[in-house]
Amino acid sequence: MIARLVLNGRPREVDVRPNQTLLELLRDTLGIFDVKEGCDEGVCGVCTVLLDGRPASSCLVLAAGLRGRAVTTLRGLERNGGLHPLQEAFIRHGAVQCGFCTPGMLLTTLAFLEREPRPDREAIRAALEGNLCRCTGYTKIVDAVEAYARGERHHG
Amino acid sequence: MYGFEYVAPETLDDALGLVREHGDDAKILAGGQSLIPILHYRLARPRVVIDINSLPLGDVTADDGRLRIGALVRYHELEESDTIARRCPVLAEAARLIGNVRVRTLGTVGGSLAHADPAAELPAVMTALDARLVVASASGRRTVAARDFFTGPLTTALAPGEIVTGVEIAAMAAHGWAVEEISRRAGDFAIVAVVALVRLDRLGRVDDARLAFGGVADRPVHAHAAEDALRGHEPTADVVARAAHVAREGLDPPSDAFVSGAYRRHVAGVLCRRALTRAVARALA
Repeated sequence: MIARLVLNGRPREVDVRPNQTLLELLRDTLGIFDVKEGCDEGVCGVCTVLLDGRPASSCLVLAAGLRGRAVTTLRGLERNGGLHPLQEAFIRHGAVQCGFCTPGMLLTTLAFLEREPRPDREAIRAALEGNLCRCTGYTKIVDAVEAYARGERHHG
Repeated sequence: MYGFEYVAPETLDDALGLVREHGDDAKILAGGQSLIPILHYRLARPRVVIDINSLPLGDVTADDGRLRIGALVRYHELEESDTIARRCPVLAEAARLIGNVRVRTLGTVGGSLAHADPAAELPAVMTALDARLVVASASGRRTVAARDFFTGPLTTALAPGEIVTGVEIAAMAAHGWAVEEISRRAGDFAIVAVVALVRLDRLGRVDDARLAFGGVADRPVHAHAAEDALRGHEPTADVVARAAHVAREGLDPPSDAFVSGAYRRHVAGVLCRRALTRAVARALA
């Protein structure tokens, strides 16, 4: 059957199996590996994509049911082939170790900041509570998000 | 996931026809935040998945003091809807506690109620609110009180061929409200959740109290004895503490691999007192 979606701004129609998840469509069919596979039950956050601008677990979405929705993955954030300023903030603050959780952290953060542009640390921690990181202890991730939200990017 | 047939009906009639046709061989897909993990784990092996997301069941409407919430209203819409905020804000507070932000993007009111996890927030809220669930089948439509709908773990009063299409709630704009819960980790199902609503008369006495628990039994628990302990009284700290004690004494929660029944019961009393205290403060505000 056909899955219809707008992937990182580009309309796509892709042949999928009825039981194929959006995660499997992105990784196995389309080769988009910035979306990671983790728990397969919606808990870990590494397969996060934005569905019409809101975070969703791509492991819990059937591709056949996309109905033309906008799907954003990390590569949809790139500007002129360069890193997004939030990615630069993550690098500057040492918020990346193994990197496996990073795409989900970035997408969840950007969706959150759309709705709450000036959050305090507590709000940032709450916003990211559904994204697990096993390396950093979260402190540097929160540092990076806080710095980005404060506009540090304009001085870096 | 193993294979299944996928159908996405465009109308309620088509959906109900498919539900009748396939019976136990079919599962209904709404937000998918419980069903898809169940399919991943092969805890259910439907031959057909009926995706109802095309059906027009996604509206929140209010009239005559009643609030109608379609089965496909998403948790994030409960958090953000102006109508909910004005008419029944306890729903927004409860929705914020559900799962994680991704679950709240896609998970639906009807899905949570039909799934009937005994530790989930919305079944407890609907029990407290004395909501009525609207259910439909190919042969008609009926409503079921939330307090009768949940009959056991993941078990409801839905008859074969029926699906939840929405829920009706008497508006609760004058009530103070609070939802308290404790879970092992952020985003987990509640070990104990409690939903409290309190309305005061002009002399400052409780004229309506609603109290329900999640996580303490095989279904949501309506704490009517504790409601009676509040009604007609000025909600002082002592009265609130006594009501929480009455609520706790009425519970006999199960133990599981993580916490004992005794712990659950103790926590239920503590959270109940906190929830009532906050609800009373809001009723006074």
